Amino acid sequence: MNRFEYIRPATVADAIAALNEPAARALAGGTNLVDLMKYDVAQPSRLVDINRLPLKSIEITPSGALRIGALVTNTDLAWHRDVREKWPILSSAILAGASPQLRNAATAGGNLMQRTRCYYFYDPSTACNKRQPGSGCSAIGGVNRIHAILGASDSCIAVHPSDMCVAMAALDASVEVEGPDGKRSIPMSGFHRLPGGEPERDNTLKVGELITSIIIPKPDFGAHHTYLKIRDRLSYAFALISVAAALRVEEGIIQDVRIALGGVAHKPWRDFDAERSLKGERVGTQSFKQVADFILRDAKGQGDNDFKIELARRAIVRALEQAAAGTPQDQADKSIH
Amino acid sequence: MSVGEITHIGRPTNRVDGKLKVTGQAHYAAEYPADDLLYGYIVGSTTAAGRIAAMDLDAARQFPGVVEIFTHENRSKAAWLDRSWRDEVAPPGHPFRPLNSDRILFDGQPVALIVAETFEAARDAASLVRIAYDVDAHCTELEAKRAEAYAPPKKRSGIPPPPDPRGDAEQAFQNAPVKISRDYRINAEHHNPMEMFATTCVFEGDGKLTIYDKTQGSQNAQGYVTSVFGLRSKDVRLVNQYVGGAFGAGLRPQHQLFFAVMASLELERSVRVSLTRAQMFHIGYRPDSYHTVSLAADRDGRLQSIMHDAVASTSHYEDYQEAVVNWSGMMYHCDNVKLTYQLAKLDTATPCDMRAPGAAIGVTALECALDELSYELGIGPLEIRRINFASKDENTNKQFTSKALLECYSEGAAAFGWEKRSPRPRAMKEGRELIGWGVSTGMWDAFLQKAQATATLKVDGTLEVATAASDIGTGTWTILTQIGAEAFGLPLEDVQARIGDSTLPMSPVEGGSWTAASNGSAVQAACDAVKHSLFKQARKMANSPLADASFKDVEVRDRRIFRKDDPARGLSIFEVMHAAELTEITEQGKVSPNLRQMLKYISYTNSAVFAEVRVDEDLGVVRVTRVVCAAAAGKILNPKTARSQILGGVVMGIGMALHEEAMTDHRLGKIMNANLGEYHFPAHADIEDIEVIFVDEKDDKVSPLGVKGLGEIGIVGTASAVANAIFHATGVRVRDFPITIDKILNSPRPS
Repeated sequence: MNRFEYIRPATVADAIAALNEPAARALAGGTNLVDLMKYDVAQPSRLVDINRLPLKSIEITPSGALRIGALVTNTDLAWHRDVREKWPILSSAILAGASPQLRNAATAGGNLMQRTRCYYFYDPSTACNKRQPGSGCSAIGGVNRIHAILGASDSCIAVHPSDMCVAMAALDASVEVEGPDGKRSIPMSGFHRLPGGEPERDNTLKVGELITSIIIPKPDFGAHHTYLKIRDRLSYAFALISVAAALRVEEGIIQDVRIALGGVAHKPWRDFDAERSLKGERVGTQSFKQVADFILRDAKGQGDNDFKIELARRAIVRALEQAAAGTPQDQADKSIH
Repeated sequence: MSVGEITHIGRPTNRVDGKLKVTGQAHYAAEYPADDLLYGYIVGSTTAAGRIAAMDLDAARQFPGVVEIFTHENRSKAAWLDRSWRDEVAPPGHPFRPLNSDRILFDGQPVALIVAETFEAARDAASLVRIAYDVDAHCTELEAKRAEAYAPPKKRSGIPPPPDPRGDAEQAFQNAPVKISRDYRINAEHHNPMEMFATTCVFEGDGKLTIYDKTQGSQNAQGYVTSVFGLRSKDVRLVNQYVGGAFGAGLRPQHQLFFAVMASLELERSVRVSLTRAQMFHIGYRPDSYHTVSLAADRDGRLQSIMHDAVASTSHYEDYQEAVVNWSGMMYHCDNVKLTYQLAKLDTATPCDMRAPGAAIGVTALECALDELSYELGIGPLEIRRINFASKDENTNKQFTSKALLECYSEGAAAFGWEKRSPRPRAMKEGRELIGWGVSTGMWDAFLQKAQATATLKVDGTLEVATAASDIGTGTWTILTQIGAEAFGLPLEDVQARIGDSTLPMSPVEGGSWTAASNGSAVQAACDAVKHSLFKQARKMANSPLADASFKDVEVRDRRIFRKDDPARGLSIFEVMHAAELTEITEQGKVSPNLRQMLKYISYTNSAVFAEVRVDEDLGVVRVTRVVCAAAAGKILNPKTARSQILGGVVMGIGMALHEEAMTDHRLGKIMNANLGEYHFPAHADIEDIEVIFVDEKDDKVSPLGVKGLGEIGIVGTASAVANAIFHATGVRVRDFPITIDKILNSPRPS
């Protein structure tokens, strides 16, 4: 672990000022960052402990949207009454992840900022472009059963590990940030990025910017949604594949659809073309299979993870079936219906 | 024993150490305070084979708080004969000697110890060490070395090599009408006990050390320390009062013990060294193994030929061995048997006994193969096991001291509802899930080892029993207390057990499921001896009411010694000791295997495991929804802790079936999932109903207590029962463990 400066600002403005150097990092729940520091993977010059900032509230905005303060814990968010009633897919996705202890500490903003679980990223004795730009990617040709099948590059095949973000992507969330140049709002689909030639950059935050809240518009899917997570054990494992699916159906015809995938790419995966292709189609396994094929048209395996392409196809179909039936997957029920 | 009295043996009893553990008063090795304590942090190699070319220690040395850095260049002198490094359970070969030379034998090998005033400083400085290696080619992939496998030339003490072939297995296989030959692979597993390996070595001065170590054998570890460092036995006391799990990883002295003692002696200060979770992946593992099992039967299902050929991994420096294939020669009756067991050398640390070493993998392969044969025959999988029941050990031609396996089958089947099973695969379905039921037999040794104990009866009638046993979570504290309380008719709180200390009476390491039988019997023998002494003192008292009694006529209970036929005629323990001017009576007890009996008899624990799985075959997701484990283990001392042992074994077996594996990048020779996030074993959600049945089994030969031991039997047969259930559910046979989602998806579905 490197030497670092520790600052605990009282205001957002002070936090932003403190974050305004490239190697400064905000500390919230610390469930990922502290591990990474112990592993010598993250070496921040300064830790800006934001836990005293007033970013802990969950509010419904006048337009009926959900505003989640960056420091709201995963537990508080998942069990919040309004969230469970109106954004159940978000609640479900959060409860599908981690463990109660971790969810008690982890925050919404921190969840957005968590880093990949690629084995090589965590082992400083191996080459990893994300950890050390230019060193190479050991996962390519290595142990990669949990790695990306979509949007990977020659320099990185890591995936973003979050469950919460997958639901947020499906729900068209936007991330409110504040930085030296003022406030801005980043749509969820533009927050995380694909690795390209710069896998060290997970997202589009600029130096000095701080996530203050996440806004999720009022949904209109009723019970036609689900969060389906497939993993190597039934709890406390990252997704091999996860699917957040939501449908608006009228008389058997799909009016609107959202499909976000986790465990497949460097970011929660939305494919707007694929979603458009499903609009106007009749609800049914046939159309679900078509859209799954469409989403996965450019999927590429890396060897160990080849099975994830077929698994993703089946999981998308299953999730859409659950959503169409209005029977979302209950995370307390380990049997998948 | 008279009617209506409390008995302790056989009564479900809470752990006597439970409250200390849950309130944090039970100290583990890394928790003992010591004045002026230094902390050591181990630096591991980052290559699997080669030599250290150069070490840059400057930055680490200058780090504030760093006291010393030990490497192969400045390691203190230690013993140079292999035999000085060989502990009680070491396999043949050259035991690993930390910092012995510049040679690298496996990834993560300790290459330096940073000693500092705080743990944080030591760890921080460790990250500043820069090492350049001359890298050699390495191989960590068993598949690639299968062709070079060899039968170990020197046998490991205590491990029987495969028996000689009997009959003509090849010919019988050719001639038989129904046969299968299948390959299985069981991936390497790591023990991952909850408590990290740690040693606190307290430098007492006057050449004396008190060492708190995480180990399964205080005397084994103490012997290692004295022999490696040339210390006098009386100067070194090693304590392991509480051990947070070990599963075999603590049988051999681990790196941290060497380092803590070495640094303590060199620096003349107390030193603590703890391993990290990642470092615990480099101290031994259940070997990776391949199995070819060929079985043939007549049409009635009687086995005509059994062949089991196994290849397992070992290191370059030791020939680690376990009894893998022997089970295939004795679990069932068969006249034609051929078994081979070979090793292949990999650039890894030496494997290490892990819960039911050998049986956990060998029986898994055999029991899956037998299941496959049962479908070929069209005979039910439970039925084929009954048909081939072995009434003696055909490997050695010895009688079993007891074998209530048929009762395990019937009681387990009844509890499970096995008779409702549809024989055909894919016949049971609920919702999206296919349901399958599988069965397996399990078997493990029932050992009695040499062990000693003392019992001390105090003038106030309370009792202390002592033996250098370990309790690795198994319940040893509790059962020894129960045995003492039973002997003297005392409540549990009047009995104090003492274990976990090398200065106590001789004990083997806690392993092999032998502690209850061995140390328990020694404690009972010591208690008997004390009762004898007490009786002698009582009888010779003036006007003794026991003057005309013989020992068999008397009983000790509630702080009195009295005639069984007339309880009013007796004396209080206080009276007896007072008259004899004694404050306490201490006697020894010892047990050792009955060698004469062993010429004719052999002892095993047997079990039947029934598993229900539900498989979403489109998604490859498997749930183990029910397990019934019926075990025949002789007398059960404490049904509560005994049940916990089986539950733990079953959970670990489910992990072997579905989750556990080291994922090694063979290009780098490196385990990539060396943490509990990515090395998967069952989470709570993966475990549903587990029912444990102890069938009645009387065995007056296995041990003086009639006890067989339960530490391992719960895992044996569980993975195969689950795998067999998966086949029954899906018609898909996965022969590569663990059975993960990808393997189910990639297997062709039956048409």
